[in-house]
Amino acid sequence: MSTSVSLYRSARLPLAALLIAAAMPWFLSEYTQSLLVNILIYAIFALSLELLVGTTGLVSLGHAAFSGVAAYVTALLMEVTGPGDMLLVLPAAMLGAGAYALFVGALSLRTRGVYFIMVTLAFAQMAFFIFHDTAIGGGSDGMYLSSRPSLALAGKVLIDLESPQQFYFFTLACLAVTYALLAVLLRSRFGRALAGIRLNEQRMRAVGFPTYGYKLAAFVIAGMLAGLAGFLMAARTGVVNPELLSWHESGAVLLMLILGGLGSLRGAVIGAAAFILLKEFYSSEAVFGPFALHWQMSLGVTMILCVALLPHGLIGLRFPLKLRSGLRAKQGVTHG
Amino acid sequence: MELSIFLVQCLNAIQYGLLLFLVASGLTLIFGIMGVINLAHGSFYMIGAYMAYALAPFFGDQFLLQMAVGVVLSVAFGFVLEWAFFSYLYQRNHLQQVLMTYSLILVFEEARSMLAGNDVHGVAIPAWLAGSIRLGDVMQYPIYNLFASAACIVVAIGLYLVVNRTRLGMMIRAGASNRDMVRGLGINIRLLYRIVFAAGVALAALAGMIAAPVSSVYPGMGGQILIICFVVVVIGGIGSISGALIAALLVGFVDTFGKVFFAQFSGLSIYLLMAVILIWRPQGLISKGY
Repeated sequence: MSTSVSLYRSARLPLAALLIAAAMPWFLSEYTQSLLVNILIYAIFALSLELLVGTTGLVSLGHAAFSGVAAYVTALLMEVTGPGDMLLVLPAAMLGAGAYALFVGALSLRTRGVYFIMVTLAFAQMAFFIFHDTAIGGGSDGMYLSSRPSLALAGKVLIDLESPQQFYFFTLACLAVTYALLAVLLRSRFGRALAGIRLNEQRMRAVGFPTYGYKLAAFVIAGMLAGLAGFLMAARTGVVNPELLSWHESGAVLLMLILGGLGSLRGAVIGAAAFILLKEFYSSEAVFGPFALHWQMSLGVTMILCVALLPHGLIGLRFPLKLRSGLRAKQGVTHG
Repeated sequence: MELSIFLVQCLNAIQYGLLLFLVASGLTLIFGIMGVINLAHGSFYMIGAYMAYALAPFFGDQFLLQMAVGVVLSVAFGFVLEWAFFSYLYQRNHLQQVLMTYSLILVFEEARSMLAGNDVHGVAIPAWLAGSIRLGDVMQYPIYNLFASAACIVVAIGLYLVVNRTRLGMMIRAGASNRDMVRGLGINIRLLYRIVFAAGVALAALAGMIAAPVSSVYPGMGGQILIICFVVVVIGGIGSISGALIAALLVGFVDTFGKVFFAQFSGLSIYLLMAVILIWRPQGLISKGY
């Protein structure tokens, strides 16, 4: 199978999905569109974690720290720069998240397994307390953005996130870029090395890969991409608060991954969509009446059942069909 | 700092550290023996605290009896939970355990909110433990806090004796170091797991019951203690109960004195401690390896 054919095959579905998503604003109500924007943002967030959990096998339970830090950097910079210049704010947000990821990654990657899970969670909580206990970001109340970021070149406004339409397309573009970037990354030597680390780190080290450096690089890239999601979260709601960094947020994005299916990029996107829609469904009073208040209960039970019955996630649902048609024998195990 | 204030802060630190030890030792037992990473462990602490809140009106001043009833209830709860839920988690990988127990937290939190609402509730100190004693020339120290420390010490000694001096403890230690060997020796591993799990639940719930009159009961208390316990386990070294004790006291002192000296950044102190320990000894103070 030549590379171009396999690339075409694996890009077919995502491209179709992108086209459909791009046509959506002409069909959807304002409410549905804003729900969709939320899904797109969380898809970026989930994709960034997929690089760690699905590809490299690093179960991080503190991923919300990076999107949260970026959201705060966005809000703080918007305060200084006035009507924010996206050329400044967006890179700063991503770099801020990346810097924190470098700090957390450098320390937590000295541990492994369950230890790593605990350490990432603890450092995320540390970031939570930085914003919760100090006056930097308005304490537990958080802070409001004075305006939304916009991109202007030579006095001409190119992208203005105040407009819901432009916000939608900008977010969709961000998701597409993230997806493409990760797809290329996973096919590169770097991505193969990460997958090798997931399968057998000791062997990778023995072969001569500096695995610590590879894992740290993956951690920082994932942190920066989570920062992109954080920037969009802040810009979408116009408000940031410490809850963005809470470990419930980190747990939720991990649930999205397993719900969609680990080890594939489209799984992360599907999982984010399914999770947000499930949450929306369970908290809908029209369906559940007063019990809608207790949507966390329904969500929790659903997730327990999902992990128990669908260990490969929603994307795994199609595997039984493939098995029957004997495709597995031809293809082997694919990643993508 | 005046000596008496220093002494009071030391007592506070010890009390907090011992309480953390009770919760963290349960976490460490469950992970060390059964290999289950249990995010819902903080919920057991919360359940204990709410149990104290719910039981208090029935028992009045019969505080010790109330605690005994609470322990029996939490052991029963632990047995049922292990049978109905956790026994399915043993053969799963860590990621799935994380997700399942995280989902379980959502269920517990929502159940708490349905049963007890989202307000902060105070729990009264029984009359015979109310009041305070003089310490030094000017300081007063609440009797209940001393009682809490003493209760934790009694439990910790009991735990030590059970683990190191009994047949059950021997099996537990064997299970922690080589699970397959224990199974191979024909020990009823299912029952052993169930006992260890119920004991872990009871330890966390007991800590919650002891803490309730001091810290009151509130939503989110489970998650808060869980994360601090993770810090304790990381510092102490995984699966090591003596490591958990040292680390819990260390965290107790750092947190308490952090609040005294750097009030604004008090939340950070224990995480900085963890960072330093990770640089120095990534495997924790007393480690048995990964």
